[in-house]
Amino acid sequence: MAVASHLVLLAVWYLFVKFGNVPKFVMPSPVDTAQTLLAGNYNWWGNALVTATEIYGGYLFALIVGVFLALLFTWSKPLEALMMPLLVSLNMIPKVALGPLIIVWFKYGVVPNMLIAFSICVFPILLTTVRGLREVEPDLLDLVRTLRGSRWQVFTKIQLPGALPYIFSGMKVAAILAVAGAIVGEFLGSDKGLGYLMLQVQVTLDTAAMFMAVLLITLIGMVLYGAVLLLERALVVPDARVS
Amino acid sequence: MASASQPFIHLKDVAKTYGKGPQAHLAISNASFDVMPGELACLVGPSGCGKSTLLKVLAGLHPHDSGEVVLGSKEHPFDPARDIGMVFQQPLLLKWRTILDNVMLPAEILGLPMDAARHRGRDLLALVGLGGAEDKRPYELSGGMQQRAAIARALIHDPKLVLMDEPFGALDALTREKMNLELLRIWRESGKTILFVTHGISEAVFLGSRVIVFTAGPARMADNFVIDLPHPRTLDIKTHEAFGVYTRRIYKLLGME
Repeated sequence: MAVASHLVLLAVWYLFVKFGNVPKFVMPSPVDTAQTLLAGNYNWWGNALVTATEIYGGYLFALIVGVFLALLFTWSKPLEALMMPLLVSLNMIPKVALGPLIIVWFKYGVVPNMLIAFSICVFPILLTTVRGLREVEPDLLDLVRTLRGSRWQVFTKIQLPGALPYIFSGMKVAAILAVAGAIVGEFLGSDKGLGYLMLQVQVTLDTAAMFMAVLLITLIGMVLYGAVLLLERALVVPDARVS
Repeated sequence: MASASQPFIHLKDVAKTYGKGPQAHLAISNASFDVMPGELACLVGPSGCGKSTLLKVLAGLHPHDSGEVVLGSKEHPFDPARDIGMVFQQPLLLKWRTILDNVMLPAEILGLPMDAARHRGRDLLALVGLGGAEDKRPYELSGGMQQRAAIARALIHDPKLVLMDEPFGALDALTREKMNLELLRIWRESGKTILFVTHGISEAVFLGSRVIVFTAGPARMADNFVIDLPHPRTLDIKTHEAFGVYTRRIYKLLGME
């Protein structure tokens, strides 16, 4: 079914362009779009690699930092009380608006774009993980306490597995945001990557190449999202999943 | 059941207040009672009468302010770190674990030998009527079946005392009656001392070999008596004249007659 709906969209696109008399620079057909891959002067592979590095790198960094901070907060109540309100405020900053600043601080290139991707997806991961780690039934804690269980046992046996569904829901949101973050970075200032390429081909009105760039970016995002879904399927039992 | 045996639970003038000053809230004022080894004692009373607080004091989760709490005796020594099993109103099973792994949780926490615990876990699941459900997840079981698993979990480390805080309060009436019968069977077969908190008056009389009645506002212990009805009990016993006498006695104490 999933494959069918995608194929139908492709067919509608093809037929619309073929019989709708649409100029190629407005809407290229799927065939035109695919053909741009063979036009060797765009360095698709190299640019896709740069964009993928920015997205995956920023995402991974956000995952590590987000989960680690959430752990610190659950271990130290004062730290959480001090930092959480601040983080909620920071989360309100439109991260895209940080882009120009990050480029001022770190010049342009892969690392600043990674940082923009990081800044945009660290919050959902952090906030959902904190929430997940908090969701422990007090009675269950009592049960562990009557057995003189340690904090570490509570964490590994109850808190962390209980928080996994929440962490994954944050990771799914973050996967989508990471892509947007990296591309915004490339738009703002960059000399490599698919976002950069889009701006280049926009000037020459090679719309087919712009379509191809969007498709590749989407593909990179889908690979990330798919990996997260697979990991979730492996680690979280169906009933506990948060959609 | 030696005649010379000492009580397993001995409480004398136990009091507990939450908070300080004008906000202070007296949770228990005068709890004094004994429970013999192997007894199933029911604490019955309305909400706010301190029965759950008392359970927490016995579990060592809250300190009491004054009075005497003695658990265990010479013949039945009590180790507070491993002789308490707990069952709550909610089953509180871990969703990501199988039923057997849920039952094993206390054994893991105590660091008991896992092979023996796994074996015992299977036996206990059979005892509570969940044989064959070892590898299921909690969501595949009904509320009553989940609560059976929670009872098996409370027994896995072979505690001498099982504390139950309204364990059947969230179940529908029919399942609850069924679970009452099951609990009596499990109690007979396991020989545990059980303290069962409920606000169901007929549940208390039906289950208890002893009933301790608490009243609210002010929270105090109002009565403590042995239920002299034969074992094994069946639902027929509820039509017994003596059963009615006991329940009326409790209703009266709670000011409902």
